Amino acid sequence: MLTSPLARAVRMGVKSLLLHKLRSLLTSLGVLFGVGSVIAMLAIGEGASAEAQEQIKQLGSQNVILRSVKPPDDAASDQQTRVLSYGLTHADRRRIEETYPWLEEVVPVRQLLQEVRHGTRVLNPRVLATTPDYLEVTGRPMMAGRFLSDADELGVRNVCVLGWEVARALMPLTDPIGETVKIGSEYFTVVGVLMPRVRLDDDPPEPGAETTGEVLIPASTGARWFGEMQVKIRSGSREIEEVELHEIVLAVRSPEEVDETAAAARTMLAETHDRRDYEVVVPLELLARAEETKRIFNIVLGSIAGISLLVGGIGIMNVMLATVTERTREIGIRRALGAKRRHIVLQFLVETVVLSVGGGLAGIALGLLIPVVVERYADLTTIVTPEAPILAFGISVSIGLLFGLYPAWRAATMDPVEALRHE
Amino acid sequence: MEVGSPNGRTAEAALRAVSEPSRPVAELHEVTRVYRLGSEEVRALDGVTVSFGVGEYWAIMGVSGSGKSTLLNVLGCIDRPTSGRYVVDGREVSGMDDDALSELRGREIGFVFQSFNLIPQLDVFENVMVPILYRDDPPADAEERAAALIERMGLGDRMRHRPTELSGGQQQRVAIARALINDPPILLADEPTGNLDSRTTEEILELFDELHREGKTILMVTHEPEVGARAERVLHLRDGRIERIEEGAAC
Ligand SMILES: Nc1ncnc2c1ncn2[C@@H]1O[C@H](COP(=O)(O)OP(=O)(O)OP(=O)(O)O)[C@@H](O)[C@H]1O
Ligand SMILES: [Mg+2]
Repeated sequence: MLTSPLARAVRMGVKSLLLHKLRSLLTSLGVLFGVGSVIAMLAIGEGASAEAQEQIKQLGSQNVILRSVKPPDDAASDQQTRVLSYGLTHADRRRIEETYPWLEEVVPVRQLLQEVRHGTRVLNPRVLATTPDYLEVTGRPMMAGRFLSDADELGVRNVCVLGWEVARALMPLTDPIGETVKIGSEYFTVVGVLMPRVRLDDDPPEPGAETTGEVLIPASTGARWFGEMQVKIRSGSREIEEVELHEIVLAVRSPEEVDETAAAARTMLAETHDRRDYEVVVPLELLARAEETKRIFNIVLGSIAGISLLVGGIGIMNVMLATVTERTREIGIRRALGAKRRHIVLQFLVETVVLSVGGGLAGIALGLLIPVVVERYADLTTIVTPEAPILAFGISVSIGLLFGLYPAWRAATMDPVEALRHE
Repeated sequence: MEVGSPNGRTAEAALRAVSEPSRPVAELHEVTRVYRLGSEEVRALDGVTVSFGVGEYWAIMGVSGSGKSTLLNVLGCIDRPTSGRYVVDGREVSGMDDDALSELRGREIGFVFQSFNLIPQLDVFENVMVPILYRDDPPADAEERAAALIERMGLGDRMRHRPTELSGGQQQRVAIARALINDPPILLADEPTGNLDSRTTEEILELFDELHREGKTILMVTHEPEVGARAERVLHLRDGRIERIEEGAAC
């Protein structure tokens, strides 16, 4: 029994809390939910931001992406069939290459609306006609085989590279390299498979459904077989869209050049296009914006968590003040028997900290459980950083100390005679 | 009965008290304790000067409101005099800070209250151990001492009982064991038999006699003359002043 005074105080505190189990439980609920929601919200926020950042990074932080966008509808659109011509052109691409020779790469991307089949399986992935530099600017690694080569481009060869998702959906059992797939009405030989995009959940795509993956073919081959026109059916009416290039990816040597390049591209496109049929996407800016969003999210989250923990702390303080009053006589007895003020402070402070830490630990368990449930049923990515539970634990200890101090001080400064007289 | 007691110390001490006072263990000089209620002043103690010798057995008597409890609280260092000096075991109490006073209470003084004042959440053994918890240098044999004291109080089989499971007399014995655990020289008792029937009162008083024979200084507040009759001296209070001191009442 002659252990350290602190260990003894903790044991005494736990014992006296257990005398009022329900009250102790209810008192610690505030901290429990406060801490639980802090951890859970942090995990969900981290997950969302990590996913956004991953998506942005896939666009390439040293890239400036020019994209074709359909301009807003003009008034004269009640014709049954019309041809809509808009977007980036090969002329744009040439002009950029000539005006800004410092660019590392200029990669054109054309998206084709073609079915892809293999045997009886049919998919509608994104079919992209592009140049061999595409691999480098997007930073996607190969999983098997090779990417499109200059020889493929010059030779206008019928070869293709499949995204992993497409390869798996089309031929789940065979090695795709060397297989033949039919794109539109042409046959292509598969020369490589791209690594899947980093996704934290991993549901296999259903065969026949639209997939997230892509199929890449040489730009020259695309132009030869599929031309520049494509037909889109839109709300019953037929609409023919004519787009030369869907994307031009500009790669620069260092992130410092990104801003300048984006500004130059904007100026040039503004001069040559009479409509806003393009947009300039700067992944680095998106990244900065995502980080800003995350910062704001953290501030909001922090305030909410702070308020809920404050309420929890006040709840504990309230109960401790009642406990001190209830045990006034006991305090008097202990003081008469030789207890110093610090002994009384320790006794009540320990009780408060045990309450808040108990609530905090249960809250950590709850906070770790919620993300698991959310991932499972809400299809959201969550990330529990190791700092979160440690932070939460620290917070609950601090709450106990902070809100226990006043009741403990009240108990310790009672007049012993008055306390003994208390009924 | 005291004259025939085993070592005859009571009679000896009483004799000595009359002729040459023993070394004082607690001395009050012109002690006052004033309560202020608004503009009203209540002088609960009004210029009390008295000296209690080592090993003496005193009864403190007086009508209700005469200041008996106030005197005992001052002697027990749980209340501070408004003015005057108080010396315990040669040490001046007036200037001490709260920590030093607490230390003094734990070491020098054992309290026994009318309403027992055991801590209801703790069992008999734990209650007796409470004063040990607040010592900076708890003795290694504290647990054995506690067990031995409980045994001596005839409660060896009640070690793990809660106070509510004991009779009044048993509770008061636990309180006495608790008062003795740190082996203090002074025992202060404020109407220790006030809540007990006559038979239990007799048992408890015999216990005090025994402790007196062992050399404890006992200062006991009481209403009942027959209780006071067992003490060596009786201090009569009236309106916070010493009315008279009866010598050798026990003889
Ligand atoms: N906290 C206080 N505030 C104001 N007056 C007090 C206080 N405590 C005691 N008194 C007053 O001091 C006087 C002495 O009180 P004390 O309790 O010492 O009497 P007592 O002799 O012990 O009486 P009893 O036999 O009823 O216990 C009384 O007049 C009482 O009203
Ligand atoms: Mg009294």
